[in-house]
Amino acid sequence: MRPKLIVAVPTLRTSCHLHIILIVFQLFINNQWQDAQSGKTFPTINPSTGEVICHVAEADKTDVDRAVKAARAAFRLGSPWRRMDASDRGLLLTRLADAIERDAGYLAELETLDNGKPYAISYCVDIPNVVKCLRYYAGWADKWEGKTIPIDGDYFCYTRHEPIGVCGQIIPWNFPLLMQAWKLGPALATGNTIVMKVAEQTPLTALYVANLIKEVGFPEGVVNILPGMGPSAGAAIAAHMDVDKLAFTGSTEVGHLIQQASGSSNLKKVTLELGGKSPNIILSDANMEEAVEQAHFALFFNQGQCCCAGSRTYVQADIYDEFVERSVERTKNRVTGDPFDLKTEHGPQIDDEQFKKILNYIDIGKKEGAKMLCGGKAASDKGYFIQPTVFGDVHDQMTIAREEIFGPVMQIMKFKTLEEVLERANDTKYGLAAAVFTKDIDKAHYLSSGLRAGTVWINCYDVFGAQAPFGGFKASGNGRELGEYGLDNYTEVKTVTIKVPQKNS
Amino acid sequence: IGTIPPPLSAPYLTQIFIDNEWHDSVSGKVFPVYDPATGEQICEVQEADKADVDKAVQAARRAFALGSPWRRMDASERGRLLAKLADLVERDSVYLATMESLDCGKPFLTTLFVDLQGTIKTLRYFAGYADKIHGTTIPMDGEYLTFTRHEPIGVCGQIIPWNFPLMMAAWKLGPALAAGNAVVLKPAEQTPLTCLYLGALVREAGFPPGVVNILPGFGPTAGSAIASHMGIDKVAFTGSTEVGKLIQEAAGRSNLKRVTLELGGKNPNIIFADADMDLAVEQAHQGVFFNAGQCCTAGSRIFVEEPIYEEFVRRSVERAKRRVLGSPSDPTTEQGPQISQEQQARVLELIQSGISEGATLECGGKAHGLKGFYVEPTVFSNVTDDMRIAKEEIFGPVQQIMKFKTLEEVIERANDTDYGLAAAVFTNDINKAMAISTAVQAGTVWINCYNALSTQCPFGGYKMSGNGRELGECGLKEYSEVKTITMRLLAKNS
Repeated sequence: MRPKLIVAVPTLRTSCHLHIILIVFQLFINNQWQDAQSGKTFPTINPSTGEVICHVAEADKTDVDRAVKAARAAFRLGSPWRRMDASDRGLLLTRLADAIERDAGYLAELETLDNGKPYAISYCVDIPNVVKCLRYYAGWADKWEGKTIPIDGDYFCYTRHEPIGVCGQIIPWNFPLLMQAWKLGPALATGNTIVMKVAEQTPLTALYVANLIKEVGFPEGVVNILPGMGPSAGAAIAAHMDVDKLAFTGSTEVGHLIQQASGSSNLKKVTLELGGKSPNIILSDANMEEAVEQAHFALFFNQGQCCCAGSRTYVQADIYDEFVERSVERTKNRVTGDPFDLKTEHGPQIDDEQFKKILNYIDIGKKEGAKMLCGGKAASDKGYFIQPTVFGDVHDQMTIAREEIFGPVMQIMKFKTLEEVLERANDTKYGLAAAVFTKDIDKAHYLSSGLRAGTVWINCYDVFGAQAPFGGFKASGNGRELGEYGLDNYTEVKTVTIKVPQKNS
Repeated sequence: IGTIPPPLSAPYLTQIFIDNEWHDSVSGKVFPVYDPATGEQICEVQEADKADVDKAVQAARRAFALGSPWRRMDASERGRLLAKLADLVERDSVYLATMESLDCGKPFLTTLFVDLQGTIKTLRYFAGYADKIHGTTIPMDGEYLTFTRHEPIGVCGQIIPWNFPLMMAAWKLGPALAAGNAVVLKPAEQTPLTCLYLGALVREAGFPPGVVNILPGFGPTAGSAIASHMGIDKVAFTGSTEVGKLIQEAAGRSNLKRVTLELGGKNPNIIFADADMDLAVEQAHQGVFFNAGQCCTAGSRIFVEEPIYEEFVRRSVERAKRRVLGSPSDPTTEQGPQISQEQQARVLELIQSGISEGATLECGGKAHGLKGFYVEPTVFSNVTDDMRIAKEEIFGPVQQIMKFKTLEEVIERANDTDYGLAAAVFTNDINKAMAISTAVQAGTVWINCYNALSTQCPFGGYKMSGNGRELGECGLKEYSEVKTITMRLLAKNS
C-alpha cells in the first residue's frame, strides 16, 4: 500500500483537529492495494468547497474480473474461509467493529470531508450505527440454522444454510460507511465473499475500512473493494457470469438496469434498495410540536439525501395552516454551514449534478403552481449548498409530489379523511417507508396496515435498528436488509435427504 | 468510580457477591475450600445460608423491577455487557485457569484450552443472541392484531456443580442474562473460587447491581433455600439425579417455579466391527476418562461388537495403563485427582462391587499416591448389564466394556436405563449410524466422535438425565416467558 499524506484543504475552518489525512486511494483485491489495470484515476471532490481532495484509482471491467477471481478463489471448497468455524467469522466481524470504533474520530472526519454531512452527525450517528450493525451480524454468524424435517418416507431430511458464493455489492454515496456495513455484515456472517463497488462520489472511507478488514485478519480475497463508475465497473459486476448474487442500493432508474443485466447474464440473484417518495401523515390529534419537528427531520436529515425521506407531508385540514407556519419557521432556523462546525445542521449536497437537479426541481415546483414558502436558492457561492426549501399547497399530480428530489425540498399537502389520505399515500410507484402521527390507537393501526410501504413509523421517523428489517414495496426495491431477514438474501438453502433403513419419529 | 474494582486484599475473593458488593455471611459462618491434589486447605469462604439467599433475592428483585436500568436497557446493550464479560474472562484466563486447576484438580493446560475457551465462547455466543430473541406477529382468527413478546422470566436461581465450575457458570449466566433475567447463582461448595472472581468481572463489565448475585454455600442449606424460595421464578440445577429430584419436589411444594435440570448419565458408547479401531479406542478412552471421569456425559458403558471385542479390550487396557496421573500443574499430566475424599471413596467402593460381582479387573482399581484423592485409571471387561458398575453412575476413572451381537440388541440394552443424557456410535456404515442415532434415547448422540460439545448445540437429557435443554437457541427458551398480546382492530387486512 502506498497511502498518501496530504494536508487538509486549507479553506475549511474546522472545530476539530483535521490537519493531516491518511488516505488510501487504490483498489483493494486479495488483501492487496493495486492500481487499476488501465492506470486510470478519477477525482473525489469535497462538496463543501467543490475542490478535489485526491485522485482515486478507477476500476473497470478487467479489474472487476481480477476481483471476482480473487473472491472465487477465497470461496473454493477447502479454503480457509470455507473451513472456518462460523463463530470465528463472527469474531472477525466483532474485531472489525472494534477497529472502526477505535478509529471513529478519523473515519467521521473523512466521511464529512468526502460526503459533506455534518461532522457531529458522522460521529454521533453514522459511525455508531456502523459499529452496531457489524456487531449485530457478528452475533448471527453461528446462529443461522437450517432445519431437520419430518419428510414422508424412510428418509432423514435436513437443510443446510450455505453461503451463495461471490456477491457483488454496489453501494451509494449518501451514507457511505453505513451502507458498507449493511452490506458487509450479513454477507460475511453467512460466509460469502464480496466484490464491492463504492460510489465514485465517496470512495475514501470504504477504502480505509478495507485496511481494517485486512488488519483484523479476514483471509485474502474474502472482501475486495473497487472504487469506480456505475456504467463501467458497476455494469461489469451486474453482467458478470461468475458473480452469484448482486445487492444494489441506489436509484430506481439504475435498479431497473441491474435487474435486466442479471436476466441477460447468468440470472444472478438480485436484491435492490431503491428510491422512495415516502408519505408522512399527520392527523389532527397528533402532538403538534413533535409532529412538526419529526416531519422536518424526516425530510431534511442528511440534506434530504435519504431513500426514505418523508417527502410528501400530508397534514389533516384542520391543523394544516398552523403546521405549515411552524414548519416554515423551523426550516428558516435550520443552520446551514461548514459541516465541520459542530453547530451546523445542514451541509452541502453531494455534487454538482445533484445540486443542479434539485434547483431544477425547485423551478418546476414554482412553475407548476406550488407555493414556495422559504428557501429556493443556492446557499453559498462555494460548494453545493442549497437553502432548505418548503412548498405548501402542493397537489398530488405536481412533479415535486411524484418524483424523488433527493434534496432539501419539503412538500406539504392537505387532506380531509383517513380513507382519502391512505389512497393518496399509496398512489405512487414507490413503497419504501411511511409514517403516521396520531394518538388514536385505531387510526394508527388502520393506516399502518393499509400503507403499502416496507417500514411504517408511528409517532416517529427514521428510526432504524440493525435488528429491524428495512426494504421496499413495489419499485422501491426487492428483499429486506437488516434483522434476521437480511440473512436470507445471502443464503442458498440446500436440502439433503438421506435414505434410512427405518424411519422412527 | 462505581465500576472501578477495588484492589484484591487477598489472592482469592472469598465473600458473598450481592448488589455488586462483597458481603460476609449473615451468620458469620465460613467453610474451607481444599486443593484435591494435596488434600490441603486453600482458604476459607463465607458460607451463604437462607438469610443470605433472602438478601440476594431482594437485590435481584430490585434489579428486575419495571423501570429499572436492567429492564430499560437495549437488548443489544445487554449483549455488549456479556461480550465485555467474555473479553474480561479472556484477559484473565491464565489466572482463572490457575485458580480452577488448583480448586478442582484439573490439569492446568486442559483447563486453559478447554474450560476457559468453552467459558469465553459460551458468553460470546449468548452475547450475540441478546437482541435476536424474536416474538412473532400472528395471523389470528378475528379482527385482532396479535403478537408475542418473549419476556425475561424474572429472578432465576442457578445451582451449579464442581466438575466444570467456570464453564457451568457461563452456561447458566449466558442465556439468563441475554434474555434479561436477574440471577442468584450458587456455586458448588467444593469449587467456589473462580465463580467468585467472575463476580468481580461482572461488576467491572458494568452490569447493574443486583443483576448477578453469587452465593457460595452448601446444597442442603443455601441450595435448598433457593429451590424453595417464594420469590424466585425459576431454578436451573446441574448436578446429581438424586438432588435433581429434591429440587423438583421443592419447586412443587413452594411456588411452582419453572425447573430445568441437567443431571447424571450412564452413557452408552457403541462400537461396531467396521469402526476405525484406533479412533474408537482413543475416543472411548477419552470419553470415559476425561476430567478423571467426572463428566455427566462420561461414556461409561462401552458396547463393543463381538468380532472386535477382544482386540478392543486389549487396546483399551494398554491405553489406560499409559494414562499419566500427576500434579495438575505438570504439563504432561493427563489425569488429576477426584474432587474430594468422599468422591474418591465412592469410586473405590463401586470398583470393589465390580470385582465382587464378577467383572474382570483388567488394570487399575486402587487409590493412587499418599496425598490427594487420586484413583488409578481402571478398566473392567466382561461386564454384564445387571452389575452395579453397569447401572450406577460412578463419576470416576472406571471404564466398563461389554460385548454385543446385533444392532437391535444393543439398542435395547443401551436404552435400558433411567438415564438418557448422551450416546455415541462408531461405525463406517451410514445405515447403522442413522439407525442408532434415531433409536437411542439420549439428548446428544455422537457419531464417530465423543464429547464434541459446542455452545451452538442444545444439550440436555431424556428421562432422568434431566428436563430442558441448555445451549443453542433452545437454551434461551428456558429463560423466557412468552406473553401473547391481542389488540382489537377496526378491520383486519392480510
